[in-house]
Amino acid sequence: MTTALSIRSLKKVYSNGFEALKGIDLDVKEGDFFALLGPNGAGKSTTISVICSLALKSAGSIHIFDHDIDVDFSAAKKCIGIVPQEFNFNQFEKVFDIVANQGGYFGLPRNISETRAEKYLKQLSLWDKRNDISRSLSGGMKRRLMIARALVHEPKLLILDEPTAGVDIELRRSMWKFLKEINAQGTTIILTTHYLEEAESLCRNIAIIDGGEIVESTSMKSLLQRLDKETLIFDLKNELQISPVLKNCDSTLIDNLTLEVVVKKGTSLNYVFECLNENNIQVTSMRNKSNRLEELFLSLVQNDKG
Amino acid sequence: MTLSEQWIALLTIIRREIVRFMRIWVQTLIPPVITITLYFVIFGKLIGSRIGEMGGFSYVEFVVPGLIMMSIITNSYGNVVSSFFSVKFQKSIEEVLVSPTPNYIILLGYVFGGVIRGLLVGLIVTIVSMFFTDLSIHNLSVTVSIVFLTAIVFSLAGFLNALFARSFDDISIIPTFVLTPLTFLGGVFYSIELLPEHWQSVSQLNPILYMVNAFRYGILGTSDINIVTAFFGVIGFIVLLSAVCLYLLSHGTRLRS
Repeated sequence: MTTALSIRSLKKVYSNGFEALKGIDLDVKEGDFFALLGPNGAGKSTTISVICSLALKSAGSIHIFDHDIDVDFSAAKKCIGIVPQEFNFNQFEKVFDIVANQGGYFGLPRNISETRAEKYLKQLSLWDKRNDISRSLSGGMKRRLMIARALVHEPKLLILDEPTAGVDIELRRSMWKFLKEINAQGTTIILTTHYLEEAESLCRNIAIIDGGEIVESTSMKSLLQRLDKETLIFDLKNELQISPVLKNCDSTLIDNLTLEVVVKKGTSLNYVFECLNENNIQVTSMRNKSNRLEELFLSLVQNDKG
Repeated sequence: MTLSEQWIALLTIIRREIVRFMRIWVQTLIPPVITITLYFVIFGKLIGSRIGEMGGFSYVEFVVPGLIMMSIITNSYGNVVSSFFSVKFQKSIEEVLVSPTPNYIILLGYVFGGVIRGLLVGLIVTIVSMFFTDLSIHNLSVTVSIVFLTAIVFSLAGFLNALFARSFDDISIIPTFVLTPLTFLGGVFYSIELLPEHWQSVSQLNPILYMVNAFRYGILGTSDINIVTAFFGVIGFIVLLSAVCLYLLSHGTRLRS
């Protein structure tokens, strides 16, 4: 399978001396839905900026579908569509013009640009707003506008830098559906996000970047298999004053009516309830604590710092 | 990018520039016409009628080519500096920077945007001037070519200013402290023959003097300076400014981190 993105020994040192990327290697296969995760300031946005030439690299190489960005600059750029984190369209231009003009910058004849602008604005439910000034759009509409703009030249690789930041749940789900559809049609997608649930539900492969270095790059499945613990939250019927001692489980009393229990992966819930019964603890409801990936992410980032 | 794709990218930038200044025509096309009309009325008619002849022509005839050129200079410069700084400020320049559009097409697109606005305002001002004097053209090719070349020079200068600018203050400093004084001292309102010999020599360091006089030669057939020198000077400026702009674009100066 062709490699959509291949990065080797990529370094970026800013003019103030800050080393944002310390020689990263990364491969993304064609057709993949890939997550690039990391805490704030880890180097995610710098990596993306360097890939699409908004930042100049200090060392290393980048190939987009086998096109070296230093040698075959034009062919490499035609393969990429970018949805940045910040709104970066002209606030005074019409929605339709923003999308159609982007096609022009990629050399698409006006009639094709306009046809595609119509297609993607309709798909992203922005067609009714086509004659509106972009400044008047809501935050979610602006995000969708940037997606439509990134798709107008039909890139083989779509890079989204936190596309659902500040977007409500309903809209986020509809954007996930749309991204899944275009990925199914063959577009390779690289996604950075702070919503780890988003990465878990969308992406097949994942890289975690921290302090300008890739600390993990693997499949989502194998990463999640490493998770050997699960945290359960129990709402209690009667108040407890101290945390009970449960055999083979770690328990913590969050408040008098909420108990957190950490169990090994594969432990049956019946066993947990038996333990609670032995301690005369009655439960009214139960839920999983947090996103599984979040726990792994934190442990990987913390290990790296340790 | 193939040549035809580059052509499409160029047309896209030019089209966007035209749409921009036509959308805000009340700010871009009307004010220069009002200002220049006031110059015609006050300097050309009211005061000019008491001045008498200058360079063998009535004062209003003498001042018209300079005022037309002044409007072309300020509008071609103003269009590029405000448009390019605006897209830099809003980061919408990234739309072009992430595309395969070559740097020289980006530069050409903005320069042509400035040239078109400069020439459009120049044309409107020329039409208005016909209400104040009979305008005949002494040499059409000199008139058209110097107007076009001057608009290119100041569009390039506007691009350079916008490239370096970090704030809105930075895009008003050059027009206020450099462009306006040079234009007023560039023979728009007087012949440098009126100046003492020493100040005539100093005036010859002002590039706008050459452009205004070359244009005046095209319209009236009279000039304080050598026309060939003026053309070489203007073309030299175009080459120099283009080279500097392309060098800065290729290094991503103030555009790419």
